Amino acid sequence: MLFDVSAVFKPGITNMIIGGSGTGKSVLLKNIVGLIVPDTGSVLFDGRDFHNGSREEKKALRQEIGMLFQSAALFDSKTVEENVRFPLDMLSTMPMDEKMDRVNFCLKRVGLENANKKMPSELSGGMKKRVGIARAIALQTKYLFCDEPNSGLDPLTSIMIDNLIHEITTEYNITTVIVSHDMNSVMEIGEHIIFMYRGAKLWEGNNETIFHSDVKELNEFIFSNKLMRRFK
Amino acid sequence: MFLWRAFTNREPLRIYWKLYIDECLLIGIDSLTIVAITSTFIGAVTAVQTAYNLVSPLIPVYIIGLIVRDMTILELAPTVTAIVFAGKVGSNIAGQLGTMRITEQIDALEVMGINSTSFLVLPKIFAGITMYPLLVILAGFLAILGGYVAGTLGGLITPDEYIYGIRADFIEFNVTFALVKSFVFAFLITSISAFQGYYTQGGALEVGIASTKAVTNSCIALLLADYLLAELLV
Repeated sequence: MLFDVSAVFKPGITNMIIGGSGTGKSVLLKNIVGLIVPDTGSVLFDGRDFHNGSREEKKALRQEIGMLFQSAALFDSKTVEENVRFPLDMLSTMPMDEKMDRVNFCLKRVGLENANKKMPSELSGGMKKRVGIARAIALQTKYLFCDEPNSGLDPLTSIMIDNLIHEITTEYNITTVIVSHDMNSVMEIGEHIIFMYRGAKLWEGNNETIFHSDVKELNEFIFSNKLMRRFK
Repeated sequence: MFLWRAFTNREPLRIYWKLYIDECLLIGIDSLTIVAITSTFIGAVTAVQTAYNLVSPLIPVYIIGLIVRDMTILELAPTVTAIVFAGKVGSNIAGQLGTMRITEQIDALEVMGINSTSFLVLPKIFAGITMYPLLVILAGFLAILGGYVAGTLGGLITPDEYIYGIRADFIEFNVTFALVKSFVFAFLITSISAFQGYYTQGGALEVGIASTKAVTNSCIALLLADYLLAELLV
C-alpha cells in the first residue's frame, strides 16, 4: 500500500528509490510501469497519463518503456539474440537485417558481442542482467526501470552493472528509475534518491545529501551495517 | 475473465503462427509415444478381458472385435487418452506458465505492452484442439490394432472373426461423438492447465502444486464433460 507518494524523475540522471524490504519500493515501480493500477492518483510520462490513457496510447507509451527485472526475466526457451530481438519482433516493423543490427549494437553496448547464440541457462547472473539491459534498450527506450539490478551479484559485478546503467542513462538521455536497497549503488550512481518507508516517501535528495539527513528512519537504514557506521 | 482476456485485445495474427506450430509440435508430436503405447495396450487388454468373460457358447466370438471397437471409439480413445493427455500436456502447460510467472517473464511481456494471456494461452488452446482429435484418431486405430494382435496371437479369435466384429453393426455417429468429445476435452485440458499455471504465486513449490492441480482439475472437468456429452448426444 502506498500513501501520498509524489515524485518527479528527470532524464539523463539515475533516479533511485531506496528503502528496506516491504516498504513499497517495488509496488511503486509496478505502479509506474503499469503492472499494478493505482486506486487513486496518476502516473505521467512527459505529461501523458499512463493509467487513464486509451489502449493505443498505453501501447505506444509502453514501447518507450524498458524494464530490467530482479531475476532478469529472460525467456528461457529463446537464445540471447532472440531475447534482445523479441521487443523488436513484437512491436516494430523493422526489416530483419535492421533488427539484427540493432540487436548486435545493444549486445555490444553491454559487452556481450559474442553471446548471441547462448541460452539464458548458460549465462552467469551478471551476464543475464546485461542481456536484460540490452533487451530493455532494444526499442530505443526513453524510460528505463530497474528492479534491484544488483540482487544476487558480487560487489564487482554490481558496480559494473550500476556503471553500465548510469552510462546508458547519460549517453541516451534516458529517464532511469532504479529500485534498490544496496548502499553501494546509492553511493556509486544515486543522483536523485527517494527514500520509502512504510509505503510513503520520507526523504528526497542525492548521494551527497543523504549522509547529512536528520530523518531517523533513513539514518537507521543507511547505517544499519558496520561498514557504513565506520564510514560515518 | 481469463479466457475473455485471452480472446480479446490479441496481438496481430502473424505473431501467433510460429507459436502455434511450436505448440502443435510440443502438444501433438511429443505426445505420440505415450498415446501410442497406452492405446495399443488398452485395446489389447480389452480384447483379452472380453474373451475371458465370454463364457456362453451362444455368444459369437466376433463380438470381441465389436466390443473392442465400440469401447475404443466411445470411451477408450477420447476419454482415457484425455486423462493421459492431461497428465502429460496439462502438467507441462501449468509448469511452463507457472515458471514464467514466478521468474517475472509474464511481467516482462506485460511491461512491453503484450497481452500475455493471449500471447501465451491462445496458441496452446488452438494447438490442443487441433492436435488432440488427431491423437484420438490415432489412439482409436492403435487400440483396435492392439486388440487384433492380442486376440489373434493369443488364439482368442481368428483374424476374419475380429475384422467381421469390428465391421458389424457399425454406427457412424459414434465417430462424430468421439471427435466432439475430443475437441471439448482438449479445450478443457489446455484452458484449465493454462489458468492454473498463469495465476501461480510464490516459488518452485507452488509451480509443482499448480501442475498437480492442473491435472486433477482437468481430469474432474473432462469426466464431468464426458457424462454431460453422453446425456446430450447419445
